[in-house]
Amino acid sequence: MVYSKRLDGRGFDELRPIEAKAGVIKNAEGSAYFRMGKTIAYAAVYGPREMFPKFKQDPKKGVIRCNYNMMPFSGAGERVRPGPSRRSKEISFVTDKALIPTVDLEDFPNAVVDVYIELPQTDAGSRCCGINAAAIALADAGIPMRDIVASVAVGQADNQILVDLTYEEEHLPEYTECESKDVADIPVAIIPSTGQISLLQMDGIIEKDALMKALHKAKEVISKISEVQKNALKEKYAAESIENNE
Amino acid sequence: MSILVKDKEVVVPGEALADDLGFIPGYGTYRFNNKLLASRLGLVNIEGKVIKTIPLAGKYLPKRNDVVIGRVIDILISGWRCDINSPYTAVLSSKETPEFIEKNDDLSRYFDLDDYVVAKITNVTSQNLIDLTVRDQGLRKLRGGRIISVNTHKVPRIIGKKGSMVTMIKQATNCRIIVGQNGWIYVDGEPQNENIAVLAINKIASESHLSGLTERIKEFLEKETGVKINLEDKGDYNGLQ
Repeated sequence: MVYSKRLDGRGFDELRPIEAKAGVIKNAEGSAYFRMGKTIAYAAVYGPREMFPKFKQDPKKGVIRCNYNMMPFSGAGERVRPGPSRRSKEISFVTDKALIPTVDLEDFPNAVVDVYIELPQTDAGSRCCGINAAAIALADAGIPMRDIVASVAVGQADNQILVDLTYEEEHLPEYTECESKDVADIPVAIIPSTGQISLLQMDGIIEKDALMKALHKAKEVISKISEVQKNALKEKYAAESIENNE
Repeated sequence: MSILVKDKEVVVPGEALADDLGFIPGYGTYRFNNKLLASRLGLVNIEGKVIKTIPLAGKYLPKRNDVVIGRVIDILISGWRCDINSPYTAVLSSKETPEFIEKNDDLSRYFDLDDYVVAKITNVTSQNLIDLTVRDQGLRKLRGGRIISVNTHKVPRIIGKKGSMVTMIKQATNCRIIVGQNGWIYVDGEPQNENIAVLAINKIASESHLSGLTERIKEFLEKETGVKINLEDKGDYNGLQ
């Protein structure tokens, strides 16, 4: 039996409910909240500031340093061990690489922009959610950047191409009867104005045609995420004016 | 036909501002194919054919001849290292003081750790090494009063046209106020008046992107101090006093 209706009742090209807010952490230079369904990410940007340890300074341009962290009580019920793990280090690294093509830190030699991404609750797609939050937070911090990166996961389960997979869908054969045991989960980050891909990872097995189809789907839905991100930043300033007019 | 945004509208990075090659990209914008896009969060400013964005957020980037307020964070062999609320620290050389300092003199006699100084930036290198001086009128160590911090991009509104805004606050509250370009502001006066001045400054900072600011601040100050303000009385403003 082919996966004909999604477990949470969404359409196959439909995103989970998304929500974003800019400027949620007062102490940070810039910050953001981003929610995709049950996955929640907070990002805080500090800097540009002096880089320590000193040997990591780059005299040509500023450096961006991401830190992805799942909170102990996030995840599917099992306690997540705090501190850096192999997984979280890798995700910090790819987040960094996903954001670098857009930011322009030529004016900040020897400096670092720290991006802290914290996830209080996760249900698949946490790196995408983290990237979305981090991109808003960087813009909110007034960092010069070409565009706001948007990210979403696409994939295939039971021969059906899906957008924005949940945890259950990533492990679909454990939850429903499937014809095919192959599941693919592909997080993608896209620079909306150019359509360039700045993050592309894959977990699982997928055929070439299906992969290309899935990537096209990602490009289609990315504008919706981008819209939410841009509105979050604009709403911050609109909200400020309403507050002050009263 | 080709400008896609309104003047003074909030724009975000990557947002298209115009789709015509007839416009010139200014600060905070860039050209991509035949579009003009924003590269910073800010307000759009359209001046003839030039489109630029005025940033709303971000850290202070040092500029030559800016008057800033700095905090001494280290004493070097022949000078002081100062935090100027920017990604980079600045150095005030002992040769840049009004009085002559002997070679082996104890530098903490002049400026000690955690002292605040008003200083002027004399030089900024490509690697953002910053030199300061206190050898000019009004530049000195700050005693008493308090230092408050605001976003550096709000400073022009706090100073106002030819210093009109800050002069108004000074008149109303009888405080000494020094506004550093880096967003640090020194306020010194009677404790109650100091409070009013700080409230007024914070009000300007949070409402700076809305029109009718001067009127609102005037009303606020008149209400708080109970004294009528005469807006006409403006002197020349040099960033200090």
